[in-house]
Amino acid sequence: MRYAFTAEEEEFRSEVRGWLGEQLPDGWNGINEDSEEGWRLNREMRTKLAGKGWLTLAWPPEYGGGGASFMKQVVFNEEMAYARCPGIDGSAIKMLGPTLMIHGSEEQRRTLLPPVARGEVEWCQGYSEPDSGSDLASLQLRVDETDDGWVVNGSKIWTSNAHRADWIFFLGRTNQDAPKHRGISFFVADMRTPGIEVRPIVNMAGDHHFNQTIFEDVQLPKDALVGERDRGWYIGATLLDFERSGVQYSANGRRILGELARFAKEQIGADGRPVAEDSLVRNRFAELDVDIECARLVAYEVAWMQSVGQVPNKEASASKILGTQLMQKLAKFGTELGGMYGMLGPGSEFAPIDGKYPKMQLTALSSTIAAGTTEINKGIIATRGLGLPRG
Amino acid sequence: MDIGLSETQQLIRNSAREFLEENCDTQYVRAMEEDEVGHTEELWDQIAELGWLGLTVPEEYGGAGMTFSELAVLLEETGAAMLPGPFFSTAVIGAEALKLAGSDEQKTELLAKLATGKLKMALAFHEKAAAWAPESVSEMTATQTDDGWILNGEKRFVQDGAASDMLIVAARTGEDPKSGITLFLVENDNSNVESRELKTTGSDRMSVMSFGEVSVPKGAVLGEVNGGWPILEKLFQYGAAGKCAEMAGAGQKLLDNTVDYVQNRVQFGRPIGSFQAIQHHAADMAIEVQAGRQLARQAAWFLGEGLDATRQVALAKAYLSEAYPRICATAHQCHGAIGFTHEYDLHLWTRRSTGQRLAFGDTKLHQETLARSVGL
Repeated sequence: MRYAFTAEEEEFRSEVRGWLGEQLPDGWNGINEDSEEGWRLNREMRTKLAGKGWLTLAWPPEYGGGGASFMKQVVFNEEMAYARCPGIDGSAIKMLGPTLMIHGSEEQRRTLLPPVARGEVEWCQGYSEPDSGSDLASLQLRVDETDDGWVVNGSKIWTSNAHRADWIFFLGRTNQDAPKHRGISFFVADMRTPGIEVRPIVNMAGDHHFNQTIFEDVQLPKDALVGERDRGWYIGATLLDFERSGVQYSANGRRILGELARFAKEQIGADGRPVAEDSLVRNRFAELDVDIECARLVAYEVAWMQSVGQVPNKEASASKILGTQLMQKLAKFGTELGGMYGMLGPGSEFAPIDGKYPKMQLTALSSTIAAGTTEINKGIIATRGLGLPRG
Repeated sequence: MDIGLSETQQLIRNSAREFLEENCDTQYVRAMEEDEVGHTEELWDQIAELGWLGLTVPEEYGGAGMTFSELAVLLEETGAAMLPGPFFSTAVIGAEALKLAGSDEQKTELLAKLATGKLKMALAFHEKAAAWAPESVSEMTATQTDDGWILNGEKRFVQDGAASDMLIVAARTGEDPKSGITLFLVENDNSNVESRELKTTGSDRMSVMSFGEVSVPKGAVLGEVNGGWPILEKLFQYGAAGKCAEMAGAGQKLLDNTVDYVQNRVQFGRPIGSFQAIQHHAADMAIEVQAGRQLARQAAWFLGEGLDATRQVALAKAYLSEAYPRICATAHQCHGAIGFTHEYDLHLWTRRSTGQRLAFGDTKLHQETLARSVGL
């Protein structure tokens, strides 16, 4: 039991923090990464991070990684999130990389991973389909084997950043007769392959983040398959556990709470006193402080389990639930603190804190839905974690 | 960051769990609720022999010299088993008080007795205000005489007061709220000390203790004269962290019991644990148990390492004082009607949760600490 980072990890934290401070403009407060300017900065920072060897910090050196421990990766992720620094391709670094390390061929690892480590490519994830959301295993995107490869027909949806992606990893049905979990395979594809079409889906906050990705007679080579044919569901499931662990929520939350505390001290309420002196406001700050700490420690537990070779699944699901609910609570509280002005969005006259929080309320709605809804994750905790019978 | 338990900690947990299953089942807990004393000397002697009482007592005073982290691991188990008797008051509050503020003489004499089970202790702090603040020490006075002190007054919410051999009494020796409190070690067999039980809904063994012209020698002062409050503040941190460990352990026990129940209870032709409504309740409990355990262990670790644990203790107690009663309530909801009967054991934990959430500062008190620490 030790609830502190080592001296070496703390030293690394200072190094990262110092470097990010130099790279980001003075008074940097983050950027909408879905915007064009946000994407430009993302690519710029990605190249710089790759140059420092930090982009794929925990990957093995032979694939361009830094060979760092899980805990060092945790420290890095925290600093990146706290600094609101763009540049991380989560799909490739957190999901595809670890999956290929376990299930990919050596050839796949050697060709696909180094470009990620150099910050040259963007990946997207093709899991959900229009008719297969929470019931992911019912997916219907059809992949047929040909003499020299595969042919793909169907449609993926909620493909984050597909409009900017160079590559996609996806699940497709390779066996129409097997039980639904046993007829799925895991593939990778170059987004420039003829027959792949990306259609934008603009969200309720006005941002273009999600897409529908259509496959029409897309021909893929033999080595597009990762792992064994018809075993893709199990490959995809390990990947989701990687996706669900995360310290970025608490680090981001810590930054937000600090920002809101400064605002609450400056904002004068109708009674002529700073709203920070209102006991109900203080109570909410304390509750959120505790929520942030819960998300932080549970995320540490997930990383620690990975570091000692255990596979977290109920813990990863708990981490995902706590982190995403935290984002929504913070967005709501940040909005409420503004009083009537809380309804003012980015760019509006009188908007407190640039109208960030009412907008965040809209964007954070997706967090408890994407990558497994809260309800799906609770089901995982109950069945896989606690051993309750499936319904 | 090392979330795992050390080998020693695992050993403590496993042996405690085994011992308590054997010697402290719910039948025993129930019997002790009805018992006049509230514990048996037999079990007390056994836990002394196991070294539980002197776990954090330095080896030079006859203890095992471990840190508060190890004690917290043990408290998770005693919390799960609801161990009756003044274990918490003695091994957490008594031991830490003597370690923090005892003179060499007091430590040599008392810590050795405490570690071997020959000294049960209790803290007599509260009076009418009953807040975890210096204002709670108001009417209880200590007057200096040529050879000692005379104590007069009445204390409330003295946990394990009746069962203890020695009380740590906070008395007013000056007007300033904080720097006018002195702690005294008072033998409980003094005929001028009287005790009557406060009937809590959780069988919590709380007493009202009255002190009428109780004279104690000079050497009975614990720490400095008028230096009681900083000691108490620190003691409350140990107490709060200890209660959090108890609640975390008890929460896990309630989760285990609930999972077991819903796997076996059949309605509509299926175990109710196969219904999503029940599964989500169980998952909510699991998440809160997981988060609560981490917060509790972090607080204990900070204390054990001698670091400033103000924030970590407040985070843990603010959380568990809310989450643990919620865990109890969810356990009841999953158990249905059987859970609220006297015959079924669930209420044993639920009834204790009120005392646990209030002990060493309720949610509101710790939230105020946090509000300040985030810069408000």
